[in-house]
Amino acid sequence: MDLKYPDEAQKFAEEVREFARAELPAAIKDKVIRHAKMSPDAQIYWQRKLCERGWACPGWPKQYGGPGFTPLQRHVFDNVMSEEGAPPAVPFGESMIAPVLFHVGSEAQKKELLPRIRTLEYWFCQGFSEPGAGSDLASLKTRAVRDGDEWVINGQKTWTSYAQFANMMFCLVRTDPDAKQQEGISMMVFPMSLPGITVRPIITMDGGHSVNETFFDNVRVPASSLIGEVNKGWTYAKLLLGHERTSIARIGQSKRELRMLKTLAADQGTGGASLLDKPAFRTKVAELEMELLALEITALRVLAQEGSPGVEANLLKIKGSEIQQTLTELLIDAVGPYALPFDPNRGVGLGNMDYIGPDEAAALGPTYLSTRVVTIYGGSNEIQRNIIAKSLGL
Amino acid sequence: MDFVATDTQAMLRDTADRLVRDRYDFEERKKIVASEDGFSRKLWKELAELGLLGIEIPEEQGGSGGSFADVAVVLESFGKGLVVEPYLSTVVLGAGLIAAAGWEAQKHDILPKVASGDMLLALAYTEAHSRYALNHVATKARKDGAGYVIDGHKAVVLGADTADKLIVSARTSGEVGDATGISLFLVDPKAEGVSMRVYPNLDDRRAAEVTFDGVKVEASALVGAEGDGLRPLEAAIDRGAAAVGCEALGAMGALNALTLDYLKTRMQFGRPIGKFQVLQHRMADMVMAEQQARSMLFLAIEQADAKDPAARAQAISAAKAQIDACGQVVGRGAIQLQGGIAMTMEYIAGHFFRRLTALEKMMGDRDYHLERFAI
Repeated sequence: MDLKYPDEAQKFAEEVREFARAELPAAIKDKVIRHAKMSPDAQIYWQRKLCERGWACPGWPKQYGGPGFTPLQRHVFDNVMSEEGAPPAVPFGESMIAPVLFHVGSEAQKKELLPRIRTLEYWFCQGFSEPGAGSDLASLKTRAVRDGDEWVINGQKTWTSYAQFANMMFCLVRTDPDAKQQEGISMMVFPMSLPGITVRPIITMDGGHSVNETFFDNVRVPASSLIGEVNKGWTYAKLLLGHERTSIARIGQSKRELRMLKTLAADQGTGGASLLDKPAFRTKVAELEMELLALEITALRVLAQEGSPGVEANLLKIKGSEIQQTLTELLIDAVGPYALPFDPNRGVGLGNMDYIGPDEAAALGPTYLSTRVVTIYGGSNEIQRNIIAKSLGL
Repeated sequence: MDFVATDTQAMLRDTADRLVRDRYDFEERKKIVASEDGFSRKLWKELAELGLLGIEIPEEQGGSGGSFADVAVVLESFGKGLVVEPYLSTVVLGAGLIAAAGWEAQKHDILPKVASGDMLLALAYTEAHSRYALNHVATKARKDGAGYVIDGHKAVVLGADTADKLIVSARTSGEVGDATGISLFLVDPKAEGVSMRVYPNLDDRRAAEVTFDGVKVEASALVGAEGDGLRPLEAAIDRGAAAVGCEALGAMGALNALTLDYLKTRMQFGRPIGKFQVLQHRMADMVMAEQQARSMLFLAIEQADAKDPAARAQAISAAKAQIDACGQVVGRGAIQLQGGIAMTMEYIAGHFFRRLTALEKMMGDRDYHLERFAI
């Protein structure tokens, strides 16, 4: 079942849907549905379309070039776009570093960075995790040492998403090794083209290349790269990760996949019978749909609240990620033996005659594998539950 | 149920474990997977020399006349090593089916060559719309003089690309879903009218879509009696289900050991992450899953060759459904507990997860076996 938005929001939803259906190229939509790697060109193409329409960076206030959506409009926009298969925005600039810049960026930084983030002229990547600093991010070791008007950075970051496409990085570095862990960290922003930065691909078990290792060998960045105050980076990182957790629920995407699951399952039984007639399968789909419905209502409740979300943000991340995983499980279940053929390209670019099994099947196995990451990244679900427990006074 | 390994089984375990340990490390396996055939013919020959290909084949046909329980031991080791050699398709399914249902001449022709490593087999039984139903056979074999002509399509045929002979289920009479009228044929994959589209499966083993377009076979290609192929096919796939259970158990054991080691050595927040209770409990669940899987495997092994098909089917389904669930508990848990590193292709944990996921989808998935058990 679908939730009914208030009339005004419903009208807006139709407007967004109409735009997506008219403007979204089929080839881009196909890649989104397959969770296939988007080329930077395609991503930039869509971002510029949104800029033209005035809808780029839907979470941004008007003064920085955003559409100035109400929270409900933002929700509707994200959901409808995802349901229609529009590419999710590259989050690193738009949804992660930009909100930090709103709060603590210098006027010069805002002026230089924000307009270019909006058009994706600047494609950011995130330099947070390190081989020894995963869930325990505050133990990071990459060093930045002041030298005149510059900082000199040495160390290594890992899980750098889309570093191969990025031309900018925001990075957490240790600027005071003697201070308490959280108090010796600073945040910096600099180009990826600086001498001494090397990017090495990490291929994931689905055969995809979305993450990388990034090495820093005496990388000299200007003093103006510092965001906010020195040694305050941890505070900014928490602010940034809070934003990541809200968008990470991916409710619209899950609604789209639920619809796909039902369509797919309708003829995947033996002899083309519907799997939805099988009580075991039908029940699993129903349970999933109810979880998703509850999550969307929770998200709407969070939007209706004043101020920034508390544990609800953690809830959205935990439940949203679990729902995404369950969906991929049910999707491979739906195609049965045709979940076995493995195509790391997820069937992109194959003609209809070349698919093995039903059209969508080629993407389902790799997506099942790659979606295991959603309960790990952005603060693992164990860490999220710890935060909830802590807020309960436990 | 016999929980104690026989001397033969202990010896087989030793041999197979040693082979996996010495000859099948992660780097070596990568090379084997990337090679032209997608498996090592050299290693296959060694398996033959060690007697591992003919465990169940009678002595007079070059084997050692053992039981499925002996084969199970080897399969568990192969699960630990994520072996990609066509053991399941050739030894368990192919040779198992010929031994159970083939004519004497076929046994004499085929089984010694399997035991010596000179013949590979593949069983082509799944179709595009069959899902896991073995009676859903749309592929047709019509009488043509003394022989038959086969037309149709088989899906996700494990090991088809390197097989020397395919065993194909085809309908000689009746309608698509009928239990009778299904016949089994030996088909030369190089015969005119056979075409294949080959691809890797999720777990790095290869499979193919195989199309039969007016493929002519002699009357002697018929395995067992005409129209009576479903029973032996069901028996073969039940053995296959028990076999993938053995592999899954091997994979679970190795993966749990890996995860446990990680919990003890990975430091975060100034201590090994295994000190965190929430991770301890998940690890405990994973170890319990492995134990429950092992228990069900005893049942599957005991019943794999049972004479009563109904009792066999129920036992195999109970075991397969349970092992599938346990495999996902262990696999998903291993990825979650080891985090990002376990998502990568360059670390072995993800490969165990891929194997466990593939095994769940082979020989009937969990839902199929739940339903078959409940009937």
